[in-house]
Amino acid sequence: MPNLRYTKDHEWVTVDGDVATVGITEYAQDQLGDIVFVELPEVGRTVAAGEEVAVVESVKAASEVYAPVAGQVTETNPVLSDAPETVNADAAGDGWFLRIRMADPGEFDQLLDEAAYAALTGEA
Amino acid sequence: MSDTQSGAPDRAEPLLFELGSPGRSGIDLPAPAGCATRLGSAERSTGIGLPDLDEATVVRHYTRLSRLNHGIDTAFYPLGSCTMKHNPRLHEKLARLPGFADVHPLQPISTVQGALTVIDELARWLRTLTGLPAVAMWPAAGAHGELCGLMAIRAAHEAKGEARHRILVPDSAHGTNPATAAFCGFEVEKVQEGTDGRVDTASLEAALGPDVAAIMLTNPNTCGVFESDIQAMAEATHAAGAYFYCDGANFNALVGKVKPGDLGVDAMHINLHKTFSTPHGGGGPGAGPTVLSAALAPFAPLPWVLPEDGGQLRLLEQATGPAGASFGRLRAFHGQMGTFVRALAYCLSYGREGIRQVAEDAVLNANYLRSALADTLSPAYPGPCMHECLFDDSFLDGTGVTTLDFAKALIEHGFHPPTVYFPLVVSGALLVEPTETESRTTLDSFIEAALDLAARAHGSEAGNFADAPGNAPRRRADETRAARSPVLRWKPPAAERG
Repeated sequence: MPNLRYTKDHEWVTVDGDVATVGITEYAQDQLGDIVFVELPEVGRTVAAGEEVAVVESVKAASEVYAPVAGQVTETNPVLSDAPETVNADAAGDGWFLRIRMADPGEFDQLLDEAAYAALTGEA
Repeated sequence: MSDTQSGAPDRAEPLLFELGSPGRSGIDLPAPAGCATRLGSAERSTGIGLPDLDEATVVRHYTRLSRLNHGIDTAFYPLGSCTMKHNPRLHEKLARLPGFADVHPLQPISTVQGALTVIDELARWLRTLTGLPAVAMWPAAGAHGELCGLMAIRAAHEAKGEARHRILVPDSAHGTNPATAAFCGFEVEKVQEGTDGRVDTASLEAALGPDVAAIMLTNPNTCGVFESDIQAMAEATHAAGAYFYCDGANFNALVGKVKPGDLGVDAMHINLHKTFSTPHGGGGPGAGPTVLSAALAPFAPLPWVLPEDGGQLRLLEQATGPAGASFGRLRAFHGQMGTFVRALAYCLSYGREGIRQVAEDAVLNANYLRSALADTLSPAYPGPCMHECLFDDSFLDGTGVTTLDFAKALIEHGFHPPTVYFPLVVSGALLVEPTETESRTTLDSFIEAALDLAARAHGSEAGNFADAPGNAPRRRADETRAARSPVLRWKPPAAERG
């Protein structure tokens, strides 16, 4: 899927116009185990690429989620506050975290493609 | 009710709220007469919902709970990174001497000279064992000691007119390190780890810069290995104008053998409750005295214990005179007297040579476990370890058994599980710290249990692990549900709410 990219920190990104949707990968949710809490940023916040934007907590560990691209947070997933297990059930779909209006849509193309991410996780 | 009073230790123990019965009491006191309050309409007109209980019910409740507990006084407790060693009873006896146990921080200074002497003598031991010139005795525990060290570091930078806002922390540091740095207002930056479980010196050097206030390293680190490049890292840190905070939680592996001052450390807390024998793990009082280098000593927190003419000791409680640069008080009063007494008793009963053997035996015991388990479990890193040995979960590959299952099954054999899923840099980590106070017999029985479980994980019984522990007072807790829908307080049953 040319419209789907990844980061080395196990986030996935899809893009629609200049808005990027961000979540954590299937590999990440599997490593974390049962997710019990997701902390999301405030809508309207301006983030730099690589900046911490969310925290995901499982029974094993708490991990940071980083903004894959720079821009402004336009939306967060309202489902996750009451049902963080959605991330386990559907990490790549209903378990999305947030949307960012990209400051530089060109940043998206510099992220990892599917093959590069698969190589990173050893699942090529 | 009669069932719960039978004393059978395997029954679920009701809450005190469920044991209460209206009208019961432990002590009958007449209602106070002629006592007017000035609370007016703010005065409470109803009860606050505490249960009515008699003394025997309360004593039995807590005694039964204590019988459900697993402690270092009941069995082996190899909880990695926590140093659950035996606490000699002699030290308990000394800590309970009335002169120490009943001392009050507001007593006239002339009446607490003995207590101050204990603090001062212990301070001398800690300075000698660490090779550093100053020690702040007051931090309440390890993380509080980290705060003390970072506040001294911040004060030292401020005194030089420097605003440095970054602190470098590797993944193998204790989890409290980044939390302390963030709490202190610093930005935390991770440092990469090499493949041998040690901090990559080149990555550390590359991350250093004019805005770095300090590095925070744990040595031996949470992978159980010694940071062998620590002196080079200290030199690079100092060359960049930053300070070196060492987390001393694992001092049990080094005490009497290595002086952190010789390694270039500027500040390090010492968990007296771990290395120097105070019962801990139940939240009971700890102490985290923090040693400081000459560069940081002037900023040490108040009060300072100083000698007076005539041999008396006094407390300097203001940031004046020699303490003029102190960053101020860190807490009310003077720390945990009982822990100080136990720690000094520990030093005196072992002596210098004995303390050296503490570290040697702690490392020997960990390596005995490691080598006996290395062929069956999967050590995370090659080579000998320090005071704790780290395994990953690759030995469970293909069995369907997880690290958590394996840890829970150890309970069935009468052992407290090791630390699991920490450090995070290792998949499904099992961190085992036997400490020096365990006999070879205990270690052998643990080894036998671990080998047996590993064999069963690969056999037809692998499915049974999901139900472990089968014979404990409490079976497997649903950790996910507990975290997702926590029940934080008891509420009366709806029918009785009236």
